[in-house]
Amino acid sequence: MKLLRCPINGLRPIQEFNYGGEYRPMPDPDASTDAQWADYVFNRDGAPGVRLEWWYHLASGVWFLAEHDTARDVFLRTFLFEELGQG
Amino acid sequence: MSRRLAPQPGEWIDRNRPVTFRFEGRPYSGFAGDTITSALWAAGVRVLGRSFKYHRPRGLYGLDGSDSNAMFETRDVVNIRGDRAPIEEGMDLRAVNTFGGVERDRLRIMNRFGRFTPVGFYYKAFHRPRSLFPFFENQIRRVAGLGTVNSGKALRHTPKDYAFCDVLVIGAGPAGLAAALAAADAGARVLLVDESPRLGGSLTWHGNLDDSRDRLADALRRVEAHQRIQTRTATCVAGLYADGWAALIDRLRLTKLRARAVIVATGVFEQPAVFPHNDLPGVMFAGAAQRLIHHYAVLPAERPVILTANDEGYRAALALRKAGAEVVAVVDTRPEGDSPAAALLKREGINLLAGRFIARARPAGGLAGIRGVELCRVDERGLPRIEQRAEQLACDAVVMSVGWTPNDTLLRMVGTRMEYSAEREQFLPVELPGGVFAAGKVNGLVGLEDRWADGLHAGQAAASALGFGAAPGGSRPAPAGPAINHPYPVSDPDEGKNFVDLDEDLQVKDFRNAIQEGFNSPELLKRYSTVGMGPSQGKHANLMALRVLAKERGEPLAGKQITTARPFSTPVALGHLAGRIFTPYRHTPAHAFHTERGARMMFAGTWLRPEYYEVVGKTREACIQEEALHVRGSVGLIDVGTLGKMELGGPDAVRFLERIYTGRFDNLKVGASRYGVACDESGVVIDDGVVARLGPNRFYVSTTTSGADAIYREWQRWALCWGLKVILNNATAHWGAMNLAGPRARQVLQPLVDISLAAADFPYMGVRECRLDGVPARVLRVGFVGELGYEIHVPAGHALGVWNRLMEAGRAADVRPFGVEAQRLLRLEKGHIIVSQDTDGLTQPFEAGLGWAVKMDKPFFIGQRSLKIHQRRPLKRTLVGFQTDEARPRTMPRENHLIIEGKEMIGRVTSIAYSPTLKRTIGLAYLPPSMTAPDTRFTIRADGGELVPARICRIPFYDPAGERQRMTTPEEDAR
Repeated sequence: MKLLRCPINGLRPIQEFNYGGEYRPMPDPDASTDAQWADYVFNRDGAPGVRLEWWYHLASGVWFLAEHDTARDVFLRTFLFEELGQG
Repeated sequence: MSRRLAPQPGEWIDRNRPVTFRFEGRPYSGFAGDTITSALWAAGVRVLGRSFKYHRPRGLYGLDGSDSNAMFETRDVVNIRGDRAPIEEGMDLRAVNTFGGVERDRLRIMNRFGRFTPVGFYYKAFHRPRSLFPFFENQIRRVAGLGTVNSGKALRHTPKDYAFCDVLVIGAGPAGLAAALAAADAGARVLLVDESPRLGGSLTWHGNLDDSRDRLADALRRVEAHQRIQTRTATCVAGLYADGWAALIDRLRLTKLRARAVIVATGVFEQPAVFPHNDLPGVMFAGAAQRLIHHYAVLPAERPVILTANDEGYRAALALRKAGAEVVAVVDTRPEGDSPAAALLKREGINLLAGRFIARARPAGGLAGIRGVELCRVDERGLPRIEQRAEQLACDAVVMSVGWTPNDTLLRMVGTRMEYSAEREQFLPVELPGGVFAAGKVNGLVGLEDRWADGLHAGQAAASALGFGAAPGGSRPAPAGPAINHPYPVSDPDEGKNFVDLDEDLQVKDFRNAIQEGFNSPELLKRYSTVGMGPSQGKHANLMALRVLAKERGEPLAGKQITTARPFSTPVALGHLAGRIFTPYRHTPAHAFHTERGARMMFAGTWLRPEYYEVVGKTREACIQEEALHVRGSVGLIDVGTLGKMELGGPDAVRFLERIYTGRFDNLKVGASRYGVACDESGVVIDDGVVARLGPNRFYVSTTTSGADAIYREWQRWALCWGLKVILNNATAHWGAMNLAGPRARQVLQPLVDISLAAADFPYMGVRECRLDGVPARVLRVGFVGELGYEIHVPAGHALGVWNRLMEAGRAADVRPFGVEAQRLLRLEKGHIIVSQDTDGLTQPFEAGLGWAVKMDKPFFIGQRSLKIHQRRPLKRTLVGFQTDEARPRTMPRENHLIIEGKEMIGRVTSIAYSPTLKRTIGLAYLPPSMTAPDTRFTIRADGGELVPARICRIPFYDPAGERQRMTTPEEDAR
């Protein structure tokens, strides 16, 4: 069982968390074409590598972001949404 | 004919405690500390089991926990590993894979049919004709598989344990002992685990030829005295997972261990030489022979021949000689040399035949052993040249020492990259995941000093990574000296069975055939031939299979990688893993009432809800219909405490709801509520509920029962993403809720509340905060079941009291409880949908008749952009109401039954029930938009293929104008 570091609660077993999918900022709905919008809604890149993911600590209700190397299944960094773009 | 030796220094048996047991009906005795295999071997028993496919006699082979042909069963336990399991007083053992006993196994005839059962035989032979497969399957199952499960065995609960440490050291040989001491000296709490009953690893059986026994005694003293080292013996690490999570298996239990760092010092598995009859009793590893002598004081054989490719074989020869065996010869694949070891051997007078290999062994009668070997010469690389015949020797055993492979299963389980080194002729770890360290033989080290130093290095490295002590100075020892592994110890003549995999009875030619048939990659070869899929999981076979593959394809193994291993590394009894069933569920506050009233409970998500209230002598359907009729005619009370209940506040609460729900909420007045539909980003309906405005910035929102937690989670995320000032509170469990519905609802409730329930004061879809019998309450006028209804929310602690108070106050009005099924029927009569019953994972609101609740002119809501695309396209299906032609069809269609036209599926029923109010069977179904006109006819395929005719009707079926749920008195209307 993996461990994951919640930015608020520290290192916890991974069953305490809910995976929230890859972090993908929503494009401007009015400015995007149908194809661009459909790409945002439906397409996911499953290729292994480092990506940003949403995680949720179930017990305390904390959403945060995690840099996850899915090729090695290693979490490189976790941080609160507010810190996005600061690190 | 006892083969028990005089007491050996450091032996594991206790000669003061004899143990008697039975094998195949005959009595035997051994000593406490004996394994089943060692006790039987000491008693002179040679045939311990029969092989899986050909039922050939098999004996002791590796004595390393992977002897898959020496497996036993008692009445209650199957597949007991003879080389690991201790004998117990009174044990009554049988070999697992025989028909009529190990001596006279009736299936021994299979050995003669070998050439008719080539690799892939079962795949090819038994799939045609298909009608006969059940017969074939039955026959195959009868002869395949190992052991007989006693299904009458008493139930036993197996405890689970949890443990924690800083550093887990797996394997207590010299490297493991050194690692444990180094890590503990640095300050780490260490758990040292070994699957043997004693610590020491190879030091326990390397005998008295060097100082290993003194070194062991010294290390054990220090380990035992160390306050920070705990040890567990006879414990196997069966699974190693991410972040130091390990599954420890002992005789009694599974222990789930969390370690902050892991040192794998699991050593090596000896590998077989391949030559005809290399599987028969008497052929064994050099390690097995030495363990027999030093652990159990048993003579492995009277007149063995040693086949070796390294100096370890010399050690075995000397040990056998010392134990009293007549060593016929040491057959060495290497050219003659003048090493000190060779000199020592010659001094002892042992016949050393260099530059030779075993071309074939000669079987004894009935294949019960061997009676000799025929030698051949080798080429300059040590590869056998079977056409160049050499000596023939009479012997009763072949003791093999031709190489090892790292016991790397756990390393590969956690993602270690293992690469084949041509120089060492073995796989070596080249890249380890963080927090995992390897030490000792698993790193390809041979010499004791190197292994000890490697252990110290790993122990210090693991400890310092955790903040204990300094990082180790200097570099790790690297493998040195000549390679100890023979590159291809195979004699492969045309005649005679030479085995690579003793679990699955696979010969070299089986691999050759499989490769020729195109199964020419390691993964394909494994699956087609089943190599490595037996009880030992290929510990003695996988490497040789890869070598055969490399040779056949002409591609060297150098640089090749080996695949990930999966748990478990060793078979684990299912009983160790089985847990008690743990299904958490939730009760509503009024649960006690329901059970007392005879409610039949059902699951709604994780909640238990009354499905209906049982009445003695009445069927389920009759109970449900009476409950529904009573709501229509009088008044009923249903527990809706399972609804999701969200409280929203803050200056941006309205903006938030506008973005979440498809409808408009900025114009919702305080004291009013409105139905809301929520979509996901693709425009699919995911939830619905009622949004009630309690104050300018204060909302109380209900969600579906099963969606509550996920909806709340998503709301939190959207609030974060949008940066809105909104406070969200999932108050689902804080509030109890019940719906009082029916024409007499107002009459029952009015006396209990401190507000006026008159329609003018409290209109349909209004919400009021008030006191109910002194209890703070939120009351919503709702119409889900299509009658005058009040949804009453009170703090959970008061909910049972309020429920009982309503039942009591409603006695005159004859208030009765009703369950989920009656509610489903009532809402169906109204044509109200249930999200996730009448919608699925692709339903958008326009298909489900919810277009009226979608305000596309809003600036934004989740799903809006996708719905704009949907809006421009023709609908693919529409949810419609229908009734069956017969009021009560003989075969009642059910939810999810298909609507058929010709041979096409054109639609699906989502809800259906007989309505006692309307006296007909009504339902909801998806149909093509071209078929939605009233009275359009179609057929439903019900159970048994019966076609039930039906036609489309308008919804709501009942009270289409909605007068009853608005229900005002004439006077109130006049106002």
